[in-house]
Amino acid sequence: MPPVLRLLAKRLGTSLIVLIGVSLLIFAIARVIPGDPARIALGPNATAEAIAALRERLHLDDPFVLQYGYFLADLARGDLGISLYTNRPVTRDIADYLPATLELVIVSGIMMVALGLPLGVLSARYRGSWIDHVVRMVTLLGVSAPSFVWAVILMLVFAFYLPLFPIAGRISDSYTISSVTGFLLVDTLIAGDVKAFGNAAWHIVLPAFALALSGIAQAARLTRSNMVETYERPYIEMAKSYGFPEKRIAWRYAFKPSLIPSMTIIGLDFAAMLGNAFLVEAVFAWPGLSRYGVAVILRKDLNAIVGTVLIISAMFLIVNVIVDLLIAFINPRIRYSQRAS
Amino acid sequence: MRRTFSILLRNPLSLLGLILVSAVVLSAVFADFIAPFPLHRGAVVDFANFNKPPEWPYIFGTDLVGRDLFSRILYAYRISLILGVVVLAIAVPIGVAIGLFAGYLGGWTEYVLMRITDVFLSIPPLVLAMSMMGLLEPTLTNGMIAVTAMWWPWYTRLVYNLARSEKEEGYVLAAEVIGASKLHVMFREILPNCVPSILTKMTLDLGFVILIASSLSFLGLGVQPPTPDLGSMVADGAKYLPDSWWLTVFPGLAILVAVFGFNLIGDALREILGAEQ
Repeated sequence: MPPVLRLLAKRLGTSLIVLIGVSLLIFAIARVIPGDPARIALGPNATAEAIAALRERLHLDDPFVLQYGYFLADLARGDLGISLYTNRPVTRDIADYLPATLELVIVSGIMMVALGLPLGVLSARYRGSWIDHVVRMVTLLGVSAPSFVWAVILMLVFAFYLPLFPIAGRISDSYTISSVTGFLLVDTLIAGDVKAFGNAAWHIVLPAFALALSGIAQAARLTRSNMVETYERPYIEMAKSYGFPEKRIAWRYAFKPSLIPSMTIIGLDFAAMLGNAFLVEAVFAWPGLSRYGVAVILRKDLNAIVGTVLIISAMFLIVNVIVDLLIAFINPRIRYSQRAS
Repeated sequence: MRRTFSILLRNPLSLLGLILVSAVVLSAVFADFIAPFPLHRGAVVDFANFNKPPEWPYIFGTDLVGRDLFSRILYAYRISLILGVVVLAIAVPIGVAIGLFAGYLGGWTEYVLMRITDVFLSIPPLVLAMSMMGLLEPTLTNGMIAVTAMWWPWYTRLVYNLARSEKEEGYVLAAEVIGASKLHVMFREILPNCVPSILTKMTLDLGFVILIASSLSFLGLGVQPPTPDLGSMVADGAKYLPDSWWLTVFPGLAILVAVFGFNLIGDALREILGAEQ
C-alpha cells in the first residue's frame, strides 16, 4: 500500500474513534440535563398520557447505555431521529440548512488562505518595515473582535453608509433557482444563469469576509512568524549568496516549509468558522444552520442538537483529514516515510 | 520579572496594550465610582431619555429603555473579567495536568487521554459551549462551566507537546537517574519549564474568553437580562441599525478594546519569554 493511502487509512480510523467519542459526549450531555424534554416539546397543555407516549418513543425511560445503543443503531442506518421542533427527520432539516452554511464557510476558507498567506509572506519579507507594522496591526485587530462585531461593522459601513453590498440574505428574491446541490454558487451555474450567479456571489462577499477576518489574521500572523524563523536558516543565506531573486527566495525557499505548521492551524480555524458561522448568519439573516441550531438549542430539542453537533464535528474531522493529506503531500519527509502521526 | 516589565514598557505596542488592559481592569473594579449612572446596570427604566444619541451626560448614548450605555459597559466588563478569570483558574490546572500525564507517561495513558482531548477539540468551540449552555439553564455559573469545558483541551495540547520534547532533555534524564518519582519529574522538573508558554497563552486567552462569552450571549445563550453583557447589547442593538448605531458600535468596540489589549500584551510576552505557540 502506498504511504499516502496508509496514512489516509490511519487518519480515517482515528477520526472515526473520535467521532464516536463526540457522539457519546454530546449524547451524555443531552441526557443528563434537568427537565423533561418530552414535556418541553409538547408544551404546558399536554396530557400525562401524551408525555408518557413521547417518553416511550424517545426511549427516555430506559437506562443510559440502552438509550445510546438505540441511538447508535439508528445512526448506523443514517437516522438521527425526529426533531421535536419541526417534527421532521433531523437529517432532512440538516440537509436543508447545511449547504448554505457550508457555502459560506468554504468561501471564507478560500478568503482565509488567499488573503492570509500572502499577507504573512509580505510581512515577513519586509520585516521591520512599515508594511510589516501595518500588517501586524491589522491582523492583531482582526483576531481581537468576535466575527459578529466585524459583521455589524462591515454591514454598517458597506451596506448602509456606502450601499455597495446587500444587507441580508443569500440572493435577491427575483431569482428562482431550483436546488440541485443546495450551494447557490453551484446551482446558478448548473442552471446556466450567470446573472443569478453574480447576484449570489455579491450577497456572499460581506458575510464571508466578516467570518474570514479572524482566520485571515491568524493565517497571516502564523505564516509571518514561521517564515521569520525560516529566514534565519543557513540554506536561505546560501540562496541569497547565490544571488537568487528575493521573490523566489521568499516563495520557494522560505514560504514552503513555513506552510506546514500554518496548515495545521488553518484546519483548526476552519472548525472555529463552522461555529462562528452561527454568529455571522444571525447578523446577515443568512438562511443556514444558525437559526435552526439556536432554535433547537433553546427548545432543548435533543435529537436535533445531537444531530447538528455530530454533523458539524464530522465536517471538521473530514477537513482535518484533508489538511493532513495536503501536509503529507507538501512535506516529503511524511510523503516518503510513515513516522508522522 | 522586572526585566520583562521594563521591556513591555519600552515597546510602544505593548505599552498601548498595558494601558488598554489597565483601563479595562480599573473600570471594571471601580465601576461603582466611575459609572455616571450605577443603577443603570439593573432593570431601570427611564423613558424620558430613551434611545438618545451620544451627548452629555450620556457619552455613549442611551438604550431603548433609557439606560446609560457607558455605565452598562463598565459593569459588563466586570462580569466578563470575572468569567474570564474563573474559567482560566479552572481550565488551566485541569488542562495542564492532563497534558503532563499524557506527554510524560506516554503509552496507553497518552493514547486514551489524547483521544479524549481530540473529542473535545473536534467540536467547534462555540458549538460545544452553545449546546451545553442551552441544555443547562443560561446563567453566569453555567456559562463558566460551558466555557471551561471547551477551554481545557487547548492547554492539554500545549503542555502535551512541550512535555514530549522536554522529557528528552538532559535534566529530566538526570532526575530520573537519581530516582526521582514520576510525579516529581512531571510537576517539579518539567512543569516549571512550561510556565512561560502557559502564562503567555493565559494572557491571550483572557481576551479570548471574553470574546467567546460575548458570542454566547450574542446568540441569547449567555447571561440573561437585566445583567449587562457586551454580546447581548450588540444583539439587541443590531435590530435598530443603522439609525441607533451607538447601541451596537460602542459595546462592539468595548469588546475589541479589551481583547486587543490582552492580545498586545500576550504577543509581546511571547516574544520576550520565547514561548511556544
